[in-house]
Amino acid sequence: MTSAAATARAVREGSVSALSVVEEALARVGQRNDQLNVFLHVDRPGALAAARRVDEAVARGEDPGPLAGVPLALKDNLCQTGVPTTAGSKILAQWRPPYSATVVERVVAAGAIVIGKTNLDEFAMGSSTENSAFGPTRNPLDPTRVPGGSSGGSAAAVAAGMVPISLGSDTGGSIRQPAALCGVVGVKPTYGSVSRYGLIAFASSLDQIGPLATNVTDAALLLEVIAGHDPRDSTSLPEGSPALMAHLDDGVAGVRVARVRELIEGADDDVVAAVDAAAAALRDGGAIVDDVSIPELRLGLSAYYLIAPAEASSNLARYDGVRYGLRVSGDDVGAMYEATRSAGFGAEVKRRIMLGTYALSAGYYDAYYGQALKVRTEMIGAFRRAYARADVLLGATAPSVAFALGARAQTPLAMYLSDVFTIPTNLAGDAAVSIPFGVGEGGMPVGVQLLGPGRSEAGLLAAGRVLERARGDS
Amino acid sequence: MTDFDEWETVVGLEVHTELKTVTKMFCGCENIFGAEANTHVCPVCLGLPGSLPVLNVRAVELAIAIGLALNSTVSPSTFHRKNYFYPDMPKDYQISQYDQPINVGGYLDLPDGSRVTIERAHLEEDTGKSTHLGGGGRIHGADRSLVDYNRSGVPLVEIVSGPDMRSAAQARSYVSELRAILVAVGASDGRMEEGSLRIDANVSVRRRGESFGTRCEIKNLNSLRSLGRAIEYEARRQIDLIKSGARVRQETRHWDEGLAVTATMRSKEEAEDYRYFREPDLVDLVPGDSWRDAVAGSLAPLPAQRRETLATRLSDPTAAQLDAVVVVVDLGFDGFVSAALDAGVGVALALARAANELAKDPDRARKLATSSFVSVLALEEGGQLSSTQAKAVLAELLETGGDPAAIVRAKGFEQLSDDAVEEVVAAAINDHPNEWARYAAGDDKLAQFFVGEVMKRSRGRANGKAVIAELASRR
Ligand SMILES: [Zn+2]
Repeated sequence: MTSAAATARAVREGSVSALSVVEEALARVGQRNDQLNVFLHVDRPGALAAARRVDEAVARGEDPGPLAGVPLALKDNLCQTGVPTTAGSKILAQWRPPYSATVVERVVAAGAIVIGKTNLDEFAMGSSTENSAFGPTRNPLDPTRVPGGSSGGSAAAVAAGMVPISLGSDTGGSIRQPAALCGVVGVKPTYGSVSRYGLIAFASSLDQIGPLATNVTDAALLLEVIAGHDPRDSTSLPEGSPALMAHLDDGVAGVRVARVRELIEGADDDVVAAVDAAAAALRDGGAIVDDVSIPELRLGLSAYYLIAPAEASSNLARYDGVRYGLRVSGDDVGAMYEATRSAGFGAEVKRRIMLGTYALSAGYYDAYYGQALKVRTEMIGAFRRAYARADVLLGATAPSVAFALGARAQTPLAMYLSDVFTIPTNLAGDAAVSIPFGVGEGGMPVGVQLLGPGRSEAGLLAAGRVLERARGDS
Repeated sequence: MTDFDEWETVVGLEVHTELKTVTKMFCGCENIFGAEANTHVCPVCLGLPGSLPVLNVRAVELAIAIGLALNSTVSPSTFHRKNYFYPDMPKDYQISQYDQPINVGGYLDLPDGSRVTIERAHLEEDTGKSTHLGGGGRIHGADRSLVDYNRSGVPLVEIVSGPDMRSAAQARSYVSELRAILVAVGASDGRMEEGSLRIDANVSVRRRGESFGTRCEIKNLNSLRSLGRAIEYEARRQIDLIKSGARVRQETRHWDEGLAVTATMRSKEEAEDYRYFREPDLVDLVPGDSWRDAVAGSLAPLPAQRRETLATRLSDPTAAQLDAVVVVVDLGFDGFVSAALDAGVGVALALARAANELAKDPDRARKLATSSFVSVLALEEGGQLSSTQAKAVLAELLETGGDPAAIVRAKGFEQLSDDAVEEVVAAAINDHPNEWARYAAGDDKLAQFFVGEVMKRSRGRANGKAVIAELASRR
């Protein structure tokens, strides 16, 4: 399909109408959405109206912006005024936000056309998009397999060619892992570089919105649009949006790349082979490639499964039936809370709320949540030391290619291990990208992960471009 | 010997004050009392999915001002989430400060010279307001509950004292002084009846000389009167319990204003586990020295200092006058008194009128123009108004406002002209030749007789001083 960059260029020039671009996108959604269950809501009238506005602006000689006429999908935990926003949960099935997320305002202001809202694991808790209250999403490359998760809908929308770009959220790998499993590019930006205002919170200290795209350039284009300080998010970094497009072709000559043992160990052979091939490609590009071990990264998974549920147990308390969303009545307010939350939340969400509540409870806090915070501090230190010796860390994004639907649905721990390579970056608040590189079992794509310190997105994307070129498809 | 010779009451107070900011603590909604329900709300203060808090700088400044006024150490601080379910709390957690409050330590000196230590004064957000219909007004058993979120997210400072007070009277004095301080620094409007100041009292008893007893926390104290009555009731209850051989159980109790009793709300065992943890949506609050100094520089004079200022204008103050100074400063009327003194009004008169007449209706008095107060007192000081007339004019000013001169005219308090005084004096002399003869012969006591006569004939509209002058000139 046409890239976002090419589409925006054509629309801005007036050689292609936004309306025709959007109609094609809607047609592709129509063809495959029943089978794949990618979109929970398609805003056909809204998208067509927005496309007409872009075309009118072009006709008036105005510039609709860097994403002019580009169809875009939103993960359904991003609020958009008046459009159903469910977070994949029954508890919000009927909810329409009265406001839009900052990223939604920014993509719209840049001329992008929001096609609709994509499926996700309920409240972004999962790695396969099977935990959605509205049914699983299937991998467009092999519908018997999962697309990964939790941003499985946003990854599948791009992989299926329905839209060239989409937005997801990444708390422990929820952009990078589905990007890897669907064969697209996914970026987890530095914590605080993209406003979280309007992102339905899972774990506030880890959540970060980021782009998914068919190629590195489009991902950079979208990230430039959404990044930059937002006064409505207190954790937003003070800097403006970083210059990414300008550095895309900087290459990796002289760049110190370290292949991290802990970000490969336990991965399937096809995945390890892809990482090795990526290391070779970077070396060919002039990078200095080394091997390192960062043992602290092994502690990431257990720390994450205390910190994220702890925050989630508090963030999800507000779904109590009092003000919005589902309400199941009961004899008194306590019974109403219980009935509403029992009926509204799925099993995985309940499991994490209980885990998190327990971790924060008097008498357990120090042993669990407190200890996890210490591990997190250790991890930040370990990354800092690693980045003193390397500019970019290299590893796998996920331990395997996309697995079969249902294969891990009954074994939470096996599912949690899907994120073992991506979680450390979230704990550290750093940046990482997943780039499709090679194929594995069943012809399914493999993603390799490039990690860098905070605000290193330009360098990571430039390295991603090197891999993309080495792959020979652009 | 009464029980209270043997027993001592120990009181510590937690005072929550709503901060008088223009907007709420974490959003741009107006911070306003008494508006139509749920008209000052937004995604943030309704806790809608995806919304995030942004700290109101003005709330921080007021918290710092409170800390400085209470001699606290303004400190680097953090916010935590206090997790519990309640319908008037939109996020089902309250953003509050926990182990790192913005104001650490401090003390407050009371007018009687006693000192109460301050443990901390921290920032937190207010909840919405529930109204429970049926079921006795409590949530359990209510037929229906209504929630107004206008108050949700209003900034609060909670001021926690040490267990330093030893009587209901001292606790009341502490709250009065604290309220005056909060008003003085611009943090609060001090309106307890509107809930802008809410108090929880920790009360225990012990035999004098023994260590602290088990305390009970009493909630729902919304006036000085409730505070005093609840402490007295609770101390009595605890003494009776111990004397009967039972033990005081640590618990939270509710003050029932109607029945004038405290009753169990929940025992220590039923206390909630709030699962406090750092609020990840906010960054650390570290007020630098320059910010603190800027707030300190803009701090208005505090009540103790204002009492001092006023007292120095009294040459040889009586105990009653010193009490009046406390009342006047407490109510914030020292500005009226100072202005009157500057205009040449005697200090005794100015204090008396402020402490007695203005204090009858403090809310209206605060809206009174200082110049109106001064002009009425100047008329009284000059003898153009009697004390009865002056009080009537002040009462009218508080009631309806307006121009003092117009009220004096309308009430017929306007004085006779010099010519008219001459006429009335002449008529009085004419009707009382014997008394005039005695006065003329040097008996000054009869001056008052003639003043009374003239007042009677003029229905009080003559200036006493002018009458005496006229009498003297005719002698
Ligand atoms: Zn608000």
